[in-house]
Amino acid sequence: MNTIRIIPRLDVKGPNLVKGIQLEGLRVLGKPEKFARYYYENGADELIYMDVVASLYGRNSLIDIVERTSKEIFIPLTVGGGLRTIDDIWNVLRAGADKVFLNTAVINNPDLIKEASKIFGSSTILISIEARRKPDGTYEAFTDNGREKTGVDVFQWAERVAEYGAGEIMVTSVNNEGTGKGFDLELTNKIAESVPIPVIACGGAGTVDHIADVIEKGKADAVSIASILHYNYIRHYKLEDDYSGEGNIEYLKKQKSGFSRIQDKSLNEIKETMIQQGINCRYSSEETVHG
Amino acid sequence: MVELTKSPRVTIVDHGLGNLFSVKHACNKVGLNAEITNSKKEILHSDAVILPGVGAFGDAMQTLCRLDLIETLHEFALSKPFIGICLGMQLLMSESTEFGCQEGLGIIKGKVIQFDNPTDDNGKILKVPHVGWNRVCHIHDRKREDTLLKGLDNNEFMYFAHSFYVKPDDPDVVLSVSRYGNIEFCSSLHSKNIFACQFHPERSGKEGLKIYRNLLKMI
Repeated sequence: MNTIRIIPRLDVKGPNLVKGIQLEGLRVLGKPEKFARYYYENGADELIYMDVVASLYGRNSLIDIVERTSKEIFIPLTVGGGLRTIDDIWNVLRAGADKVFLNTAVINNPDLIKEASKIFGSSTILISIEARRKPDGTYEAFTDNGREKTGVDVFQWAERVAEYGAGEIMVTSVNNEGTGKGFDLELTNKIAESVPIPVIACGGAGTVDHIADVIEKGKADAVSIASILHYNYIRHYKLEDDYSGEGNIEYLKKQKSGFSRIQDKSLNEIKETMIQQGINCRYSSEETVHG
Repeated sequence: MVELTKSPRVTIVDHGLGNLFSVKHACNKVGLNAEITNSKKEILHSDAVILPGVGAFGDAMQTLCRLDLIETLHEFALSKPFIGICLGMQLLMSESTEFGCQEGLGIIKGKVIQFDNPTDDNGKILKVPHVGWNRVCHIHDRKREDTLLKGLDNNEFMYFAHSFYVKPDDPDVVLSVSRYGNIEFCSSLHSKNIFACQFHPERSGKEGLKIYRNLLKMI
């Protein structure tokens, strides 16, 4: 079996790491660089930065955060959210990202996949597919964090994206994202079995078993997780930064009570379980580094 | 007047677009003074050259040709530390089979070939590009002390992202191999002052940074 990857996903809004909870909106969890650094020290295989408000430029922009992060962490960093043009991609790579992901821009203009992968190399260009399951069992691709319909069938789109030269596909179940109910195994499996390029499963992990399931049954090549790791990290760390006036900080003030559906775990605990279940991953048995 | 100790100067060859900035950040982290440039003069005056790159072999060769850097790189490769990373490793070879047959720099004799339906133990075809962490296995009885792999454990994990790999004519230059399904390929090579690796040491965590530290010690 090939070595799978565990990829912490950090949703960024302005200077903060946030996490969306279905029906509740965004919670502020802390500073993204701190989380990134911690995950790097503790065995993350890659990192994903997702700008949820697509504020690429300006003060406290994604580009600033990418630059600060890239100087300190030496694992692949994939960045997306609001990238529209070749120049946007170039600017993010210039700040130290290794790969980018695109969604809205390529749904509107699929030829951008060809153009970008020719210029930057296929392995640099990831396509994010936000899939919403419809009552009839088919899946439709969405944009803007699952808010905007496109009318595009997810499975046809996935095959086209691979043909056009994308290096990997990130597939997020909009229905399951932020719920802790588990990944959409059918969705992931169908895409992973139909394209020749690696597929990263995102959205829905609440327990370690969910992660093992999406690898074994969903055939994912990599798994992106957020809540399981974030809640584990903040449970162990003091709130040091000043968040006054920056978004929904109620959660942080309320002594970080967690989220009932999420069984938080460290990267080491997750990888230990993977190894026990016969899933190959990069793992060293060293103790968690606290920093 | 006290002469200031200058940190060694490394040139990262800018042949268009790639993960040049990750390479620069890794160099800076270990104390190498790295510049991204395509200036001949700067290349020839540096203490070491890194040829990085992701993307297509043909496009990169065309760019090097257009920038008139082919001779400069050959000249540099004769004497000083020269490092090829990922596509940069492939560019060192004589030829690539990517889209027909294309000529490379020819600094190392050999070919670049594509993964041809690699399969796992159950016969299932694996995904290409090969993306992720894989083990870098030392070649038995090959000396590593004078190479950039010095101090790295056997079977250490490094980060890969590629669809092609190199096959040097001279098996003695192969420093390590890695395995993707049923295919074993050369994951790093060493020949005199030239070192090249298919993986990305700048994105392979603390173990990867050791390679940059070894470079610092070497120059």
